[in-house]
Amino acid sequence: MTSLVTAGARSRALMTPYAFLLPALVVTAAVILVPVLQTAWMSLHDFVLFRPKDVPFIGFGNFQRMWNDEVFWISLGHSFLWIALVVGFQFLLGLGAALLLNESFWWRGIARSLIIVPWALPSVIIGLMWTWMYDFNVGVINDGLLRLGLISEPVAWLAHPDTAFYAVILALIWQGFPFFAVVVLAGLQTIPAELYEAAEIDGASRFQKLVYVTLPSISEVIATALLLRTIWVANSLDVILVMTGGGPGYATHTLPLYAFLKAYSGMEFGYGAALALVLTALLLVVVFIYVRRVARELSR
Amino acid sequence: MIERRSRLARVVQVEIPVLAIVLFALAPYAWMVITSFKPNEEIAQWPVAYWPSEGTLQHYRDLLARTTFAGNLLNSFIVAVGAVTVGLLVSVPAAYAFSRFRFRGRRFLMVQFLVVNMFPIVLIIIPLFVLMRALGLLDTFLGVIAGHSTFAIPFSIWMMTSYMNAIPPELDEAAIMDGASRLQTIRLVILPIVMPGIVTTGIYIFVTSWNEYLFAMMLSGQNVRTVTVALQLFIGEFTVQWGLLTAGGTLVAIPVTILFLLVQRRLVGGLTAGAVKS
Repeated sequence: MTSLVTAGARSRALMTPYAFLLPALVVTAAVILVPVLQTAWMSLHDFVLFRPKDVPFIGFGNFQRMWNDEVFWISLGHSFLWIALVVGFQFLLGLGAALLLNESFWWRGIARSLIIVPWALPSVIIGLMWTWMYDFNVGVINDGLLRLGLISEPVAWLAHPDTAFYAVILALIWQGFPFFAVVVLAGLQTIPAELYEAAEIDGASRFQKLVYVTLPSISEVIATALLLRTIWVANSLDVILVMTGGGPGYATHTLPLYAFLKAYSGMEFGYGAALALVLTALLLVVVFIYVRRVARELSR
Repeated sequence: MIERRSRLARVVQVEIPVLAIVLFALAPYAWMVITSFKPNEEIAQWPVAYWPSEGTLQHYRDLLARTTFAGNLLNSFIVAVGAVTVGLLVSVPAAYAFSRFRFRGRRFLMVQFLVVNMFPIVLIIIPLFVLMRALGLLDTFLGVIAGHSTFAIPFSIWMMTSYMNAIPPELDEAAIMDGASRLQTIRLVILPIVMPGIVTTGIYIFVTSWNEYLFAMMLSGQNVRTVTVALQLFIGEFTVQWGLLTAGGTLVAIPVTILFLLVQRRLVGGLTAGAVKS
């Protein structure tokens, strides 16, 4: 009898962690796992929303169509340029800001708080305020550049295919640089002062200290932040959607935006799902590298 | 760094560049707020008038009296509170399991919660729309909250696990020695200590849900439309009335800016753990 009881108690003890996890697993399965599986299913069908009864299986037809779809290749190209420019400049600006905010001056605390404001804002409002500033007729950017003599007549920043993409990119750089500033600053604060003292005794200049002490000490933090940021920026589409909706023409189409528009405006859920899957597959490489770094710390 | 810069060098090399960056960070925000207090004639004025000659609250009055904005604010609030509730209710127990037990599949499951947080939103949003439509949950609070729990849950599991890991296990053991059951230990020992972490996580979920646009747009209709969706629709509805739009933007942005400034310091640890979406 007693052995039965203990066996029961032991198996109950073994089950305890799973019981605590159960609610999270159930909800996550319902809102994430099921949708992802459904995406995979939809990508193999010609699923158009207003034709719900007629969903023929077309195998890899959607992917074949993508191969021959000029807009897919345009969007993919834009996505790469988008990631490189947005993440690159966010990083440089954030690194610069962090290095400066690590110096001591009397209003440092306020500056550190104020600089993160863009990060707190909803993307719709970011899109709105930048659209307003880029306005062709009464926008403050045209006004300022005219007064400075940098342009001779107002520019339709968001309506012109040559400028729209870069105009949106500037808004995204503005939105995301505080993330890098905060993360790098946290990293800078962990560098022991002794390292700088030693470098100074060796006669290192300020620039040499940056290159040989500061940057190597925070390289891990920077790598993690870059990976993470690449993933978010690659996925982000809301600011573009608000500012240009992908236009003019296809000038500001990126891959996630194209997938979204296909489903949302075009009602072609099958094709949209296939595009989303391709984006995921491309990103999986970055996610894999990132997750492996984080998982290393989990083994403890 | 160690060596002292002279006062002038500090002003030129540090303070002026910092001032430039702070201005860059704040200028678009400030421009939105200033525009919202300008009368319509001055908004349409060219060359641009930088400061309103006479501030007006007309846009705010119009926004609240003549549009659905007040209702949209309430909807956003309900959705955000719902997302916080769902997120915390399921993730605090899960975080406890990850922090206090070593069980088969622990690492695998933790990594999965990280990976799903990185899935492109388009991967989930398209089928979620189809699913919600089939379940009749489109344009309901439950539907939008379910959409927002896709990012609220993985995020709070990771945040809460790191907060719980910071509590020494000796505290639990002492409580068990004193005859407390597991649930008593959680209620009397763990929860009071992690309460600041729960508050931080909750506030961050609130801000993210309040700011969210794509799920809200896909899953809500007229009944539960949130402020972000409503603002975007104003652009089409009125032939871009910048006064109304900037007034709405200001009303939406100010509460979350304050909340975000309150919690950001305590979020830094979670940032590089990959949990914080931004």
